[in-house]
Amino acid sequence: MSVATKGSGLTWVGRAIRRLEDPALLTGRGRFTADLPAAHWVRFVRSPAAAGKIERIVAPDDALVVTAADLADVKPITPMLHKFEYRPVGQPILADGEVRFVGEAVAAVVAASEEEAEDIADAVELSLADAIPIIDARDALAPGARQIHPSAPGNVILQSRIVTPEFERIWKTAHKTVAFDIRSRRQNATPMEPRAAHAAFDFATGRITLTCTTQMPHLTRTAIADVLGMPERDLRVIAPDVGGGFGQKMSLAPEYVLLVWLARKHQSCFAWTEDRRENLIASFHARDQSIALQGAFDANAKLLALKADIVSNVGAYSCFPTTCGVEPLMAIAELPGPYDFCAYDCRARGVLTNTCTMAPYRGVSRPIITFALERLMDKAARAFAIEPAEIRRRNLISKFPYKSAAGLTFDEASYQETLRIAREATDLPGFRKRQAQGRAQGRYLGIGFATFSERTGYGSPAFAARGMEITPGWETVVLSVDPSGFVEARIGSSPHGQGLRTTLAQIVADQLGITPDRVKVVHGDTDRAPYGWGTFASRSLVICGGATLMAAQKVRAKLLKLASHMLEAAPDDIVLEDGEAKVAGTDRTIPIAKLARESYTQTYRFGGIEPGISETGTYDPPGTFSNACHVAEVEVDIETGRTTVTRYLVAEDAGRIINPMIADGQVHGGVAQGIGNALFEEIVYDENGAPLTATLSDYLTPTAREIPQIELHHLETPSTESLTKAKGLGEGGGIGAPAAVINAINDALSDFGVEIDEMPATPQCIRAALRKAETKA
Amino acid sequence: MSDKVPITLKINGCAHAISVEPRRTLADAIREDCGQTGTHIGCEHGVCGACTVIVDGAPMRSCLMFAVQADGKNIRTVEGLADGDTLHPMQQAFMDNHALQCGFCTPGFLMLAIGVLEREPDMSDDDLLDVLSSNLCRCTGYQNIVKAVRAAAKEMRK
Repeated sequence: MSVATKGSGLTWVGRAIRRLEDPALLTGRGRFTADLPAAHWVRFVRSPAAAGKIERIVAPDDALVVTAADLADVKPITPMLHKFEYRPVGQPILADGEVRFVGEAVAAVVAASEEEAEDIADAVELSLADAIPIIDARDALAPGARQIHPSAPGNVILQSRIVTPEFERIWKTAHKTVAFDIRSRRQNATPMEPRAAHAAFDFATGRITLTCTTQMPHLTRTAIADVLGMPERDLRVIAPDVGGGFGQKMSLAPEYVLLVWLARKHQSCFAWTEDRRENLIASFHARDQSIALQGAFDANAKLLALKADIVSNVGAYSCFPTTCGVEPLMAIAELPGPYDFCAYDCRARGVLTNTCTMAPYRGVSRPIITFALERLMDKAARAFAIEPAEIRRRNLISKFPYKSAAGLTFDEASYQETLRIAREATDLPGFRKRQAQGRAQGRYLGIGFATFSERTGYGSPAFAARGMEITPGWETVVLSVDPSGFVEARIGSSPHGQGLRTTLAQIVADQLGITPDRVKVVHGDTDRAPYGWGTFASRSLVICGGATLMAAQKVRAKLLKLASHMLEAAPDDIVLEDGEAKVAGTDRTIPIAKLARESYTQTYRFGGIEPGISETGTYDPPGTFSNACHVAEVEVDIETGRTTVTRYLVAEDAGRIINPMIADGQVHGGVAQGIGNALFEEIVYDENGAPLTATLSDYLTPTAREIPQIELHHLETPSTESLTKAKGLGEGGGIGAPAAVINAINDALSDFGVEIDEMPATPQCIRAALRKAETKA
Repeated sequence: MSDKVPITLKINGCAHAISVEPRRTLADAIREDCGQTGTHIGCEHGVCGACTVIVDGAPMRSCLMFAVQADGKNIRTVEGLADGDTLHPMQQAFMDNHALQCGFCTPGFLMLAIGVLEREPDMSDDDLLDVLSSNLCRCTGYQNIVKAVRAAAKEMRK
C-alpha cells in the first residue's frame, strides 16, 4: 500500500483501497459475541399467547429460573417523547402479570450448558388466561377495542398532524386527483448474526463487562445503568465484531438487561445467544404501515397538494431510544419526498397491537413512503398519458436550498440529473419495443422508476425536533499519535460491516501524510472509545467522518508546530507526506514518527507546547440529503405470479465518495434488501397472533439467484452541510428498490387493469390481483 | 439427557479428542468443544449456510450434522484455509472484490465455494450462481461474492 503511493501525490480519499477489516474476518479470527465461553447459559421462556394474564409459572425443582417477581427493583424500559401526544408505555424486562405478544420473555432459565437450559425451559409450566389479541392496527383503532396499555387510550401511542396554510384552497384548484391506499406488510431486518449477549462480573473491580450485538454501545450502557439503578462507571459495554444490524441491533434488548442483572446478582458470567426463531418472532420488527394517499395535480401533471393518513402498527411496546415514533414521525416528515409542491395535509398515528415491537430497520419508513409517492407518480402519469420518467422530471426539485412542504431544508443535490442519467441508460424507447414484442408472445415485461431523497448525517437538532428525551446527533473522535508514530482514532460510532475502520483511516492518512495502515480505529468499547451514539441512520461517515477530519486537522497543526521547531522553518513552509515532515523545496526532512516520539520524550525542546499528541474533534451537523433514481425491469409470470428482476440500475449521488468500493457495496446491499422487501419478505401472524414465519424457510430473504447484476452510476455533488463533503448512503439502496420493483410489476401488468399497491408483492398477492381483475372483466 | 460419547474430530489436520452428547451438532462441537469459532451459526435449521464446513471433501452444513456422525472424518474450516500469512485464492478474491461487509456469513461462503470448486473446477458461471444461492448474505447483495468466486475459480484452475 505504502510503496504504490509514495510520492504519487494522490490522496487516499476517493480511492478504492482494500478494507483493513478484512484479514481477520476472512481467516476466522473475527470476534463475535457468541464466540465467548461462559460459566452459565441463559434461555428465555417465551409466551405462546399474544395476550393474556399470567396465572402461574412453575419451574422444575432446583432450577434457577428468574421471573418478574425477582425483578421488583428493576425499572421497566420506558422510552420518552415530549411531543405528538405521546403516551409512555413501560416494557418490563420479563413479562409482569400480563403478556402482550407471542415471543415475549416470561422467564429466564440459567444452566451450565445451552442444551441443559433449553431442557429446563421446556419443562417450565406456564399458565395463561388468554385474552383475544389485537393483531391488525385497524382492529386496534376500532371503537371499543380492548386497550393494550392502560396509558394509551384507543391504542394510539402518538399522533402528529401537519396542515400547510391554504391547503383546501390549493386542493380545490386541482385539474386531476388520484387517491389510493398502500400497505406495507411487517418485515424483519434479519441480520445474519442473531442477537447475543455475554455479561461477566469482575471481582477485582466489581465491574461488569457486557459484550453484546449492539449498534450503540454507549447508550446501551446508559440505558442499562438507568434501568438497574447502577453507577454507569461499573458497566463496560463492548460491541465486538457485529454481524450486521440494519437497525435491529440499535434498540435496547430487554434480554441484555437481564444478563447484566444476573451477572451482578450472582457475581458470575452469563451468556445468551438467541436462535433464529427468537430473532424472527421476538427481536424487533418493522415496516407494518398503511397510508391512504391522495394527490392533486394541475393540468400539466404538476403536483399541487398531497393528503395522507398514515397508520403505523408499532407492536406491543415502544423501542428504546428512538421510541416507536420513529416510523410514523419519519413518514410524516419525509413523505413529500423530493417533489416541488407546497400544500400538505398529513396525519400520522402509531398504534399498539399484540405483535412484536417495532423498531428502526434500514430506511425507516422511507421504503414505504417512497413506495407510496412513487405509486402516486406512476398512477398520475397513466392518468395524464405520459411516461413515468416524464412526470418525475416535471415535479422534481431543482433549486437549492429547498424547503419542503413538511418544513425540511434540502441542500444541493442532483435529482434531475440522476433521473436524466437513469433515463438515458435504460433506453426507454427500446424497452417499450421489447415490452410490446413480449406481450405478443404472452410475456409480461415492465419497467419501474423511483426517484427519492435520503436524509443522512443529521445531528441533534433533527432529533430534538422529534421531542426525543434521548437526543442523539453529535460524534466525538479522539485522535492520538503514540510515541512509536502509530495513530489511533478512538470513535463513538460503532460500525458493524460498513468499513469505517478503512474510510476513517483514509481521511486521517491524507491529513497526516501517512498511509492508512498506520491508523487503527478503535470502536465498540465504552472503556476505550469516547461517548458517542453508534452507527445508524446513514450517519457515521458524515458525522464521525467530520469529527475525524476535525481531530486530524488539529493533529496536523500540532505536527507542523513540532516540525517547525525541529527543522527551524515556518509551519507554513512544511508539508507532511510519505511519513515525513519536509521543508518544501529543500531536502530537510524529519520522520513523523520521530516528531511523535520527541513530543513525549523531549518536551523541553518545544518551548511550552503541550506534551504528547492527542486531539479531539466533535461534530454535530445539520444533515444533508443524498439522492438517487432507481430503475427496475421485471418479468412477471402471470400463471404463477412469480416476478423476476431482470435488470436493476441505480444513478445516485452521495456527495464526495471516500472509498468507491465500499460505497458501491453499501448500495448493492441496500438494493438487495429492498428487492427482498419488495417481493418476498413478510412476517405473517395468524388471527390468534401466532407468527407463521419463524424460520428462514418461511421468512424469505433473497439469495444470489434473485438479485440481478446492479448497474451503478455515480454523481458527486459535494455537500456544503458536511465537513468531508460526503453524504450518507447506507439506506438509499433499500429505500428505492421496493418502489422501483413494484412500479415495474404494475407496468408489466397494465393490460390487466390491476393495481398492486402492497409490499411485498408476493406471487400470492399478484395472483390475487389478477384473479380479481379477471372476475371483474 | 443422554450420556456423552467420546469421539475424535480431525479439524484442519489436528485431532480433537472430545466427549459429546449424541444430540450435539457438529457446529456446536467445532465451536465449543474444539474452540474453533470461525465457523458461525446463523439459523440452526440448515437454510443460511453460515456454518458450512468441508467434511471428507464435501461442503456440509455443520448445524444439520451431529458431531458423532463426523467421528474420525476430515473436517476443514475457515481457520485452515490460509497458509501462514498467504491467503487462499478464495480469501484473497473476497478481499480484492469487497465480497464481505460484516463478515458473519463469510466463512460459510468460503467453505461452500472452495468445497464445490475443488470437486468441480470447471463449473460454469451459471451453475456457480446456483451453488452460491444455497447460502444467505444480508450485507453485500451477492454482487461481489459472485464476482469474487468467479475470479477465484479462474485462479484455482491455474
